[in-house]
Amino acid sequence: MSAAIRIQQVSKCFGSTQALDRVDLEVAAGEFFGLLGPNGAGKTTLISALAGLVRADSGSLCVMGHDVQADYRAARRHLGVVPQELVFDPFFTVRESLKIQSGYFGIRDNDAWIDEILENLGLTSKANANMRMLSGGMKRRVLVAQALVHRPPVIVLDEPTAGVDVELRQTLWAFIRRLNEAGHTIVLTTHYLDEAESLCGRIAMLQAGRVVALDTTARLLLRFSSHTLRLRSRGEMPADLASGAAQSGGWWSFPFDDFTEVEPLLAKIRAAGCRIDDLEIGKPDLEEVFIRVMQGQAETPAN
Amino acid sequence: MGHGFSTLFYKEVLRFWKVASQTVAAPVLTSLLYLLIFSHVLEGHVRIHGIAYTAFLIPGLVMMSVLQNAFANSSSSLIQSKVTGNIVFVLLPPISYFEFFLAYVLASVVRGIVVGAGVLLATFWFAPLGFAEPAWILAFALMGGAILGSLGVIAGIWADKFDQLAAFQNFLIMPLTFLSGVFYSIKSLPPFWQELSRWNPVFYMIDGFRHGFFGVSDASPWLSLAVVGGCLVLLTVFTLNLLKRGYKLRA
Ligand SMILES: Nc1ncnc2c1ncn2[C@@H]1O[C@H](COP(=O)(O)OP(=O)(O)OP(=O)(O)O)[C@@H](O)[C@H]1O
Ligand SMILES: [Mg+2]
Repeated sequence: MSAAIRIQQVSKCFGSTQALDRVDLEVAAGEFFGLLGPNGAGKTTLISALAGLVRADSGSLCVMGHDVQADYRAARRHLGVVPQELVFDPFFTVRESLKIQSGYFGIRDNDAWIDEILENLGLTSKANANMRMLSGGMKRRVLVAQALVHRPPVIVLDEPTAGVDVELRQTLWAFIRRLNEAGHTIVLTTHYLDEAESLCGRIAMLQAGRVVALDTTARLLLRFSSHTLRLRSRGEMPADLASGAAQSGGWWSFPFDDFTEVEPLLAKIRAAGCRIDDLEIGKPDLEEVFIRVMQGQAETPAN
Repeated sequence: MGHGFSTLFYKEVLRFWKVASQTVAAPVLTSLLYLLIFSHVLEGHVRIHGIAYTAFLIPGLVMMSVLQNAFANSSSSLIQSKVTGNIVFVLLPPISYFEFFLAYVLASVVRGIVVGAGVLLATFWFAPLGFAEPAWILAFALMGGAILGSLGVIAGIWADKFDQLAAFQNFLIMPLTFLSGVFYSIKSLPPFWQELSRWNPVFYMIDGFRHGFFGVSDASPWLSLAVVGGCLVLLTVFTLNLLKRGYKLRA
């Protein structure tokens, strides 16, 4: 397993703000990796350090084995970054922007690949429109396109779906998934945890510049979340049952790990004379994992 | 120097060329107005180095346009990219700080030369110009443009807001260019101001440039070449060092 991204003991301060605190992270080639964390956790700073937009105070970062400082040309050629901020150059059309971006990476005749990207991102009809004329979502697509002009083996997307419609999300994720299947390594930050859950094979959670959880999505779900039986009932809930449950808005939630626990639970409720008005079963989800990790229930990963 | 460099250079030229009415036509018109007004008032009253005033004024106006537009090109491009955030498009690719510097400065020189040529074209009808030693004309236009393009890179990187850039322009660039003998020979100044002007590098740019037209000047063109060349080397080293450190561009 060769590393697409290797981040070792990276720290970064902005004045008195410790944006990154001895971050260690390794992403293998071909992974679909999620970088999660609340606002200000340091996700963008970490990505910026990887892209050479920010200089780490200490530690080292490599992209496909190339140090981002010492061997910055190779590192940058292997990396495509979709920035979080919606930026564009108002002087140019979509196609001009993409041709110029290709040129910056030393690529001359890139029209076939540019057409393919435009097609995949639903931008073909806008190819000759000036950047200023595009809607916010369209500008976001161009940002994605610009990150891909040089066919980078490692693609980092910093909140690519912030404020964009369902259609773009689906086209975007379908395209990114295809790129991942074709061997590209994908790193994604998002505040939509359902997106991260369905896309990412492995997830790191950052809090105040530190990695506070790092595991496969499946294991994180298993460790920090469970199925829940949720029900609304009339009558007194037996005390031994109520103690293992949470109550809010007239609903009782009973966490359980195994479906065989459901039947005895329901039997006890019935025996206590409660009548069930409504009932549903909730799956484990990343939101619960996220909340519990941020509340400090995760052990700090060993270095 | 790779394709990344030439693309950045091309993009910088394209950027001003797409809005040529503001970046080329407007400054040419301004210079033409200066010429009409000053020559109307002073022609026939003033001769400098034995040259009629209008003829004396034209090379000064041409060089002033070269310098101001070279500065404007790199500084406004950089501040716009920084304020709008699209500077990341040139920071993410594998472009070295040296290529970055060269692309911005050369594009500034191109803008300066294009506007300067425009001013020359619009004004040379008004008075006979000599073109006595054209090599000096070219040398000082190129070096002056590069110096101001370099200053523009520094100002564009240093300024966080448009008004800071305007301050740089109004309190440094404008006084230096206006007090450099564009409109007069410094020999006509009182001794104190004459001495002060000799500390102004822009004076040597204008004087050396003008020497190329008439073969006469306030200072020896070789002295001017030395001063201007020295300034170019110093500024280049300084700007490259800023870029190498990533000053304000790579936090
Ligand atoms: N250029 C900067 N100057 C000063 N402080 C900064 C700078 N960039 C980031 N910070 C600070 O560093 C911390 C981490 O910011 P960062 O943008 O990396 O967070 P994030 O995880 O990307 O948040 P979000 O989810 O809101 O995008 C914050 O406290 C932020 O204020
Ligand atoms: Mg961010």
